[in-house]
Amino acid sequence: MLDFVQQLVSGVALGCVYGLIALGFVLVYKATEVVNFAQGDLMMLGGFFAFTFIGMMGLNYWIGFAGAVAAMALFGMLAERVVVRPILGYPQFSIIMATIGLGYFLRSIAGMIWGTDDLKIETPFSQGVLRIGSLVLAYDKLSVIAATMILCTLLYLFFNKTTLGTAMRASSENMLAAYYMGIPVKRVVSIVWAISAAVATCAGVLLAPITFIHSNVGLVLGLKAFPAAVLGGFGSIPGAVVGGVLIGVIESMAGFYLPEGWKDVAPYIVLLTVLLLKPEGLFGLHVRKKV
Amino acid sequence: MRFLFKTDYEDDIKLIPHSGYVVTYGILLALLLIAPYVLSSYLMSQLVFVCIYATVGVALLILTGFTGQASLGHAAFLAIGAYTAAYLQKYNVPFPVYFLAAGLLTGIIGAMVGFPALRLTGIYLVIATISLALIVEEILARWESVTNGNEGMRVKTLSLLGVTVPRDSPTFYYLCLAVLVLTIVGTLNLLRSPTGRAFVAIRDSETAARSMGVNVALYKVKSFAISAAITGFAGVLFAHKLSFISPEMFTLQLSIEFIIVILIGGTFSLHGAVLGAIFIVMIDPFLTYLKDDMPGIIAGVAATFGASSATAGNIQSKVAAFASLNGLKGAIYGIIIVLFVLFEPLGLYGRWLKIKLFFQLFPLYKRATFKRQKIYVKSERNR
Repeated sequence: MLDFVQQLVSGVALGCVYGLIALGFVLVYKATEVVNFAQGDLMMLGGFFAFTFIGMMGLNYWIGFAGAVAAMALFGMLAERVVVRPILGYPQFSIIMATIGLGYFLRSIAGMIWGTDDLKIETPFSQGVLRIGSLVLAYDKLSVIAATMILCTLLYLFFNKTTLGTAMRASSENMLAAYYMGIPVKRVVSIVWAISAAVATCAGVLLAPITFIHSNVGLVLGLKAFPAAVLGGFGSIPGAVVGGVLIGVIESMAGFYLPEGWKDVAPYIVLLTVLLLKPEGLFGLHVRKKV
Repeated sequence: MRFLFKTDYEDDIKLIPHSGYVVTYGILLALLLIAPYVLSSYLMSQLVFVCIYATVGVALLILTGFTGQASLGHAAFLAIGAYTAAYLQKYNVPFPVYFLAAGLLTGIIGAMVGFPALRLTGIYLVIATISLALIVEEILARWESVTNGNEGMRVKTLSLLGVTVPRDSPTFYYLCLAVLVLTIVGTLNLLRSPTGRAFVAIRDSETAARSMGVNVALYKVKSFAISAAITGFAGVLFAHKLSFISPEMFTLQLSIEFIIVILIGGTFSLHGAVLGAIFIVMIDPFLTYLKDDMPGIIAGVAATFGASSATAGNIQSKVAAFASLNGLKGAIYGIIIVLFVLFEPLGLYGRWLKIKLFFQLFPLYKRATFKRQKIYVKSERNR
């Protein structure tokens, strides 16, 4: 039983990381209907920025964290301006390919600048555990869970309660109509990319103590976060986190209880099963086709 | 400029629209046939890969380009074809039998993937095919009694009707070329048949196709099966060419490469698959060439423009250091994809058509001819 709870908690923590990356996917998708395959690589880049600020320049953890988030928000806007804006309105396939290309580029550049070694960031959560009875919980994992809950709540409120959030939802439904209604669609899209890059950076920094930062971490985790977003139903913020947690827990349980090899496959088998039964994901809206 | 007068449907779907095609493609085929006697063995080897990649490209075009179903899982089909060949070869099954068996098995598996894909569109389909590819990769690594796990499988030299065909012999090249040509001709015929027309109708609008009486589910599954089967055939050749296969050869990376093949070539015509395959296969030797020779060339240019020999040497070493940076290839790859999507969404073949039209209409060419419409209104989610 204790093993089970232990696996559950570590699965939830891992899942929250997937959820954080998936949140980035969902944000961009919600606002622009663009699927950003480079989301994991934005996370990787955010981690490297934080490493530069904290590990190399010796800044305080929180200042470095904030600096990395700000820098990545700017970078997100830049990436949107250069790669995505010229092809908005074209079929999804083009945009997917463009972001795949962007991901390739970022991965290689990061490998050139920061090398291919695993890097580690010293965080206030790196050491220490919380003991509840005989249950041992590491602070770094708890910090991920807490941060995910906070970010998810904030983003959910932002999307549903603020004017800007409403503008974002409007421009995702119909860009042209939103534009006619006076919504500055270009700026909205730009802001969405900034937010999603910032969320990705949070994921990268929180992740740093758990799985170190290296240039391929974005690809590896992005491939897990993607099913998470799909499982939750692309376009639902709480869905992304629930999907992430599900994927994380499944992975962790499969790694513990099933023979070797199932750990990496189990999330995808579950994903395929869910897609077969509910093609729109768990929380996706079923939209009627218009002819 | 040649004007083709089409008076009925038969004229429109002719395989050879006019005699010029016979001449140009005849010359091309002749050049390809004498290639082994002209080109170096390294280039021949690359040419074989071009044939294999182009075959997969054609398969992917049937599915993605003409039926509109994106797939990021074609490496899995290639792997199934390759492993079927390697496994059956162990039991001395002759080449023609395991070649067909590989295509058949991959086709059946493709159809099985097609069924769940019926309900999925767009991004959900992409993720489903990625999942499939990852699952197949894991099975290949774990099913050790059949696939030999991560140690990989050795593929014996191809033996065709009692004659051994080494993987770098001209005969092997001719075999790959024949498979490619047959695939292309077969696909051209498929596309002008009712089945092909149904594929295109599904791509353009599923609802419209259904209301015209097209059985959407049936044709989607057919498209998946045909595409997978062709990829399976290519997989057999791929296995023989590499003479050793292991699971880490068939990763998501390879699937993405196949998508890049048709993206760079152009997704609207079979020419695109071949052009894209040439581009993808040749970019490697080209980058190596740049890496080795570019520093010297740049230094030479600098010297002719009056730089002293010391500065020229300095430039040469700087450029050489930059060129040997780890991961430069990936960055160039990424930039090429982004540039193609941004500036030439129709691919290399689209660029060729533009150049051709420019000269045909010489003073009257206008860029808007090829301008694609941007759609901000229709939400792809509602399709």
